[in-house]
Amino acid sequence: MIGSPFVARENNSVRITMLKVLAALVPGVIAHAWFFGPGIWVSLLVASAFALAFEALALVMRQYPLKPFLGDGSALVTAWLFALTVPTLAPWWLYATGMLFAILVAKHLYGGLGQNPFNPAMVGYAVLIISFPMAMTQWPGPIGLVAHTPDLAEAFDIVFAGAGAISPDAYTSASPLDALRTQLHAGKSLVEAMPDRHLGYLAGFDGEMVALMFLLGGLALLANRQITWHVPVAFLAGVILTAGGLQLWDPEHHIGPAFHLLSGGVMLGAFFIATDPVSGCTTPLGKLIFAGTAGFLTILIRTYGGFPDGVAFAILLMNTAAPFIDAYTQPRVFGHGGGGHMDDMKS
Amino acid sequence: VHPEDRKSASTGRPIAQAPLSPRYIVPLRQHIGSPAEALVRAGDRVLRGQMIGAATGRISAAVHAPTSGIVSAVEPRPIPHPSGLADLCVVIEADGHDEAMAMAPVEWQDLAPETLAERVRDLGLVGLGGAVFPSHIKLLPPPGGKIDTLILNGAECEPWITCDDLLMRERADAILQGAGVMHRLLGSPQVLVGIEDNKPEAAAAMAEAARRQDYPVEVVTVPTRYPTGGGKQLTQSLTGRETPSGGLSTDVGVQVFNVATAYGLQRALAAGEPLTSRIITVTGHVAAPQNFEVRIGTPIRDLIAMAGGELPEASGHLIGGPMMGFDLADLAAPVVKSVNCVITKNRALFPAPKPAMPCIRCGQCARACPAELQPFELYWYARAKDFGKAQAYNLFDCIECGCCSYVCPSHIPLVSYYRYAKSEIWMREQEKEASDAARERHEFHVFRLEREKQEKAEKLGKKAVDRLEDGAVAGEDPEAARKKAILEAAIARAQKAKAAQAEAGQQPKNTDDLSPAQQREVAEIEARRAKATSGGLSAPPPSPLAPHPAGERDSLPVPAGGAGTPTEEPNPVAEKT
Repeated sequence: MIGSPFVARENNSVRITMLKVLAALVPGVIAHAWFFGPGIWVSLLVASAFALAFEALALVMRQYPLKPFLGDGSALVTAWLFALTVPTLAPWWLYATGMLFAILVAKHLYGGLGQNPFNPAMVGYAVLIISFPMAMTQWPGPIGLVAHTPDLAEAFDIVFAGAGAISPDAYTSASPLDALRTQLHAGKSLVEAMPDRHLGYLAGFDGEMVALMFLLGGLALLANRQITWHVPVAFLAGVILTAGGLQLWDPEHHIGPAFHLLSGGVMLGAFFIATDPVSGCTTPLGKLIFAGTAGFLTILIRTYGGFPDGVAFAILLMNTAAPFIDAYTQPRVFGHGGGGHMDDMKS
Repeated sequence: VHPEDRKSASTGRPIAQAPLSPRYIVPLRQHIGSPAEALVRAGDRVLRGQMIGAATGRISAAVHAPTSGIVSAVEPRPIPHPSGLADLCVVIEADGHDEAMAMAPVEWQDLAPETLAERVRDLGLVGLGGAVFPSHIKLLPPPGGKIDTLILNGAECEPWITCDDLLMRERADAILQGAGVMHRLLGSPQVLVGIEDNKPEAAAAMAEAARRQDYPVEVVTVPTRYPTGGGKQLTQSLTGRETPSGGLSTDVGVQVFNVATAYGLQRALAAGEPLTSRIITVTGHVAAPQNFEVRIGTPIRDLIAMAGGELPEASGHLIGGPMMGFDLADLAAPVVKSVNCVITKNRALFPAPKPAMPCIRCGQCARACPAELQPFELYWYARAKDFGKAQAYNLFDCIECGCCSYVCPSHIPLVSYYRYAKSEIWMREQEKEASDAARERHEFHVFRLEREKQEKAEKLGKKAVDRLEDGAVAGEDPEAARKKAILEAAIARAQKAKAAQAEAGQQPKNTDDLSPAQQREVAEIEARRAKATSGGLSAPPPSPLAPHPAGERDSLPVPAGGAGTPTEEPNPVAEKT
């Protein structure tokens, strides 16, 4: 017999929670398709298909019921976040490998939904960037700035059969973030290294618009109370303060916070990845520490590291610390004086 | 949280007097504390208002006959309790005359406080908000404490329930007269009535009645937000004061009574009428939802019939509200003092719980928790049976309001896990106490055997010496001399052992030879235990038959609330030695 309460909030389930996250990603996806071509739809589709296939395989092997777990939407969220962080139009086996590690290793080997210590999409990304660094930097360039933008049919061809007649050089270009980083690492000053900004305000107009759309979707999640303000604010503050500090310290070799905010995966990370409650912190103070440090590490890795973006590694590193941070940031409980209750903690 | 309130279902009709039932079943335990002791036997004739169960001890309350009739049995009967178990009841076959005892007003102003408390106890008054704590204990200022604010709880935050709402609409003056007595007994300068803002008619009636009182009383509407009606929650909402964990609202100078309790006190003192009836909302999937003034002991089946009976496709009955109530196992169970609402369920109003998914740590529960706990952590530890950690995360501050389960997207029955963890912890504590007692008994047994052996040896030795001395006169016996030597040696050994024991001062303890770390641990455990007991929570866990707290509570918690007594992890060294 199940005890009280006998009522539950309506329209509330894991599935609906996940669908809301997917819906919040849609503006960014549409912007991406608008500015970089329809290839992103192929990426999302292929990643989703592999994610669901691996999810189903894991559920069958673990003898879990397929319907509720396949339908919970969590594999799709992983697939979409993954597809939005790896280059569009990557070969199919890249998605397959990424999803294999994300769904089978990072998620189900650790116990499945709700149990994974690391964000699955970021694990998939990290495996690929270490194993296939070249393939992971070939981003399609913005429409009009590259020789050719593949249409939907061509995109399918590229993903499944390789570029064939179309040379990757025709549709890819270095991302502003990667281009700048390479130049700076080569010892050039900021003025020399500034990439062609594609008429953009800071980080390339097209990329900026996509980032702003992710920001918009993230604000919608916040308004819908799916996430709290702590993670995005702390993550963005970590980025701004670190990038700002570095720029103040050595303006010639460091670009400012605005560029960092609108390039690469910062917006996606702040609102959609660092907010993953399973692998992140859950206490209010813990969220601030977790996300603030992740933002700081993002800029550190971007500035001094060897990878094109730092968001994934920053978040994965903080994932390892999340349980520890949570244990030491337990909020005060009603009726317990100001000192918190950690003094009661034993063993 | 904001569950759909569904109150309008039963507010359309005024409070109706329940007709007499042919039979009443009056449990002797309808309150927190020790059960009443039966004063009647089968065959006795009783009158309405006659005491049929006497209070036993300080935390107890009397029980009275709801009508005149013949006692047909004093035996265990099903009572409204989540366990569905039976408890001792007085069964009365009504004679239909409803003949009352002679009742006289209580001249409370002339009585010494202790005498008055006794009278209130004997009139059977308990908290009617659901906690059914004996009211007489709360009517006097706590020893050494001061009550500066009296709060009347009219929040009634549970969905569906409207008994307090209707009582306030219709009998505001009597409620506030009762509150006036409380105010004078407690010596509290401030009197506040807290009402959720979804009951404007009740608030208006109370505000109007407040102007007619001869003492200052303020009616405050609070935002409708479950569980504002919890004693600690309402205290904070009205005064900003936070009741300490494991403590009572009296610790912050506030005493809280339900409005129905104030009304009951007024009837008890003004008419000398014991508590034999209360207002109950009968609602849900019944033909005519309504509030009834019901005699205690009325079978719940009769109550549902009064509201026109259940409609087709009813799927059970809830006692209390949907957030904290429980499923009624047997319709023959009677109305008791804690029952404020009976809801007939159907599948549309109360769908079957959805299958639970894994926790995704989304934190919705933590945001909903009025005790500001981290419910998903408690769930995790309760599920893993790591009860020590569950307590470290303040399991015993959980008031089981159900907000966490209500908002959980994974549909996890979180509260059921907390109830389970709490009862496991209580059970283990009881087991530990029992094993401690057994160990002490055993140690004493060993000690006694040893002592008897020594005494016997001494006695024998003395006898032998006497005999030897006699023998010495008669002539030296070499065999006797050898025995004597053996005995003397034995006596010396026994005395030496006894002296060593006396030197140690006590029985050897298994905590004597510990490493500094272990000693520290022992000291911490002792400190924790001392803290827990000084926190006033030596109260025993509620017996499975104690009335279940449904709906809002008065300020005194059911034993479930509070700091809890921490369990200790077994000391591996202690177990080895």
